[in-house]
Amino acid sequence: MRFDGDLAEIRFGAGLSPLLPPPASAEQMLARLKGPDAAAKAFPLADFDAALQGTREFRRLRRARYKLRGQPGYEAAEEAFKAYRRARNRERRRWHGQRLLRHIHTSDGLRERLVLFWADHFSAQGKTGLYRVLASPYAETVIRPHVAGRFEDMLIAAVTSPLMLHYLDQERSAGPGSRAAQRRKRISGLNENLAREVLELHTLGVDGPYSQADVRQLAELFTGLSVKGSDGFLFRPEMAEPGPETVLGQSYGGGRPALEQVLAALRDLARHPATARHVAWKLAVHFTSDTPEPALVDHLAARYLATGGALMPVYEALLEHPAAWAPQLANVKPPFDYVASACRALAVPEARIAGLKPGQINRLLLAPLTPMGQRWEFPNGPDGWAEADQTWITPQALAARLRWAMAAPRRLLQELPDPRDFAAAALGGYANERVRFAARAAETQSEGIGLILASPAFQRR
Amino acid sequence: MQISRRSLLTRSAAVGCSLAASPLLTPVTFAAAPWDTRLVVIILRGGMDALDAVQPYGDPDYAGLRQSLPGGPGTGAADLDGFYALHPGLAPLLPLWRAGQLGFVQAVSTPYRDRRSHFDGQDLLEAGTAGPGQAEGGWLNRLLQLMPGAEARTAFAIGQERMLLMEGAAPVSQWAPGAGLAMSPQAERLAGLLMEEDPLFHAALNEALELTRQDLSLGTGENSGDEGEDMMMSMMTAPKGKALQEVAAYAAQQLRGETRIAAFSINGWDTHQRQANGLKNALGRLSEAILTLQSGLGPQAWGKTAIVAVSEFGRTVRENGTGGTDHGTGGAMLLAGGAIRGGRVLGRWPGLAEADLYDRRDLMPTADVRSPLAWLLHGLTGAGRSGLETTVFPGLDMGGDPGLLL
Repeated sequence: MRFDGDLAEIRFGAGLSPLLPPPASAEQMLARLKGPDAAAKAFPLADFDAALQGTREFRRLRRARYKLRGQPGYEAAEEAFKAYRRARNRERRRWHGQRLLRHIHTSDGLRERLVLFWADHFSAQGKTGLYRVLASPYAETVIRPHVAGRFEDMLIAAVTSPLMLHYLDQERSAGPGSRAAQRRKRISGLNENLAREVLELHTLGVDGPYSQADVRQLAELFTGLSVKGSDGFLFRPEMAEPGPETVLGQSYGGGRPALEQVLAALRDLARHPATARHVAWKLAVHFTSDTPEPALVDHLAARYLATGGALMPVYEALLEHPAAWAPQLANVKPPFDYVASACRALAVPEARIAGLKPGQINRLLLAPLTPMGQRWEFPNGPDGWAEADQTWITPQALAARLRWAMAAPRRLLQELPDPRDFAAAALGGYANERVRFAARAAETQSEGIGLILASPAFQRR
Repeated sequence: MQISRRSLLTRSAAVGCSLAASPLLTPVTFAAAPWDTRLVVIILRGGMDALDAVQPYGDPDYAGLRQSLPGGPGTGAADLDGFYALHPGLAPLLPLWRAGQLGFVQAVSTPYRDRRSHFDGQDLLEAGTAGPGQAEGGWLNRLLQLMPGAEARTAFAIGQERMLLMEGAAPVSQWAPGAGLAMSPQAERLAGLLMEEDPLFHAALNEALELTRQDLSLGTGENSGDEGEDMMMSMMTAPKGKALQEVAAYAAQQLRGETRIAAFSINGWDTHQRQANGLKNALGRLSEAILTLQSGLGPQAWGKTAIVAVSEFGRTVRENGTGGTDHGTGGAMLLAGGAIRGGRVLGRWPGLAEADLYDRRDLMPTADVRSPLAWLLHGLTGAGRSGLETTVFPGLDMGGDPGLLL
């Protein structure tokens, strides 16, 4: 089988670029992924712990405002709080620009794709103003360092992340028999949300071999996973239900509640055959097709099981399987990937994105994702974004893509490329006759560029 | 294949003819719709707490279960019938209640049990089946497949959300208000050419162009053309505050035309924490959406309209430790509209004593939520009972007619 660099960059990477050559081999892709994270170094983002520290100031200003209500000085306190909130939103938009720059300039596109994939698999979001901006730092610190590592380490990082504990209501879940519950009746509530999603979405999958009793037991085992204000994760033994708890027939805990008991259960779940199958299925769907070849799923699941969830060998299994290289472009790029790969094909200069004001980043590159069906960083639920092509290509979402493709490039570049050259740059060997005809026949440059970006050949991968 | 400018123009001329001949492009002279009543289905995503929305304050166990989320007339809720009280978030709908145009069915659920997953719960609610994978697509779509004369505009899914209950073999419309395309005629033709060989893209493009034209001719869209690309960008970042109200207004507008069924979602019901705030806001949005539908439809169409709001499941009867409630089983259905025989809370009340609960934690469902839905469809569209029990809701026993409609 001859290696197809264009297809590799389109299907497994960030899309074609006129500036950067596509990968030369699967080995090169894997070597880059295994090597240093050059894109993160070139375009840094706030790490999660630092961003979480920002919630301290948020709380302080909010409290100050609350204390002054109905008194002189309230307006100043209100303004100070709002100013801080605005500054955080500006930060979030700047981070968005940095993430796009990584996609535009990387030679390690598979890594960017995997960060998106896994951050979506472990989808977490802020439900209150305090946490609303943390999704990018979460992807940066909790997900990104583990994408070339082991699944169980990523699972543990995600499940103990303050953003996940907040999103799925774990931080205040207390065992009914815990010391904290006995002291204060009010906090005696057990909350099953995180335990359920860990089984259903993160590990075994909804068809997995678990029952409501397992959910309940895991929820009891999870009690104690909590957050200490702005300082991050804290295990609170006084909130933990005295064990032992039995999950999938395996007993955990008993004696003094300890974090290690929770981690042991997570490691066992990570290595479970149903998890291997679930992860294999999700990877195959994400990178190949809504209806992946069963042989590919089997191949990935077998590799996952054989290596206990080491992810590099699983990616290797993906890239070596013929089903991953079907020449027909299949999956529709979700909106973020669509916009990012368009920016890469347009070779939007670093200085241009770095020079955009946060409001401009929002108008040009962030807010347009919402009408495309992807309110960025806020999917509808912990199952993250849909994979099915028809979810993204509805009349109104396709209209939003077309509107962006026609109007945004002119605002991102001082000078648009000749559409005929752009067709080759954006699509390589996938610039079919229809695309080349449209590039010639368009009445204006903007429309020519927009039409190439709107072609199914560019929207699929 | 060799494409020349000439063949492109010929091709698009052919497309142009077929579009002009389509009744969809002439919104004033509608083909006769297959029936005259209107149905609006609202999916409340996240699991609405039935016990807090329609509070069974007359139940002896209720007050003890809901200490930090108290209900009943003493807490600002409006007494409905001496047993149930209406959450203050639904207070804007009290005039409808008094007019007999608002009702509820308590303690209903889909056949979904035990896993209590939003995603599966919503999928099953929208699939209309007893279990996953038992029929293709959603129940509204399968209804359309039974109805002679149903066309793409007969049913309309509105908003950015996926609406599984409308998906399937029968053509339906989907659009978010103000989502229009303004391209030069040449760009439209070229876009059509680019997508022609990709059925998913081609169908979506043609529909988008049609709906844009309709938007413009109905006066809901922006002005065409003049500001060109500036307008294309500005529409992408329209403020989202009034989005739901726009969706409801758009639904009303379609229902005044050729559309007979509209569906959209309202999110924000997953009140694990601080339910007192969260549920009030969500119910407020639901109230506003219903009142927007009422005013948009006008008295005549409102008189023929039934609105039904359903959620994937109810919530635990007990509060959790974080001022909220967790995923449960039995829930409530809201009915509104001029065609509804309202002013009543229907459904057999199972009680809240420990032994009366489902799994000792959830409100026990005493009826399949699909049964009142099926009776609504029967009354509104004339769909026959056998089709409803085998095709639309496979395996359902509709039971006796609850008399939901006037």
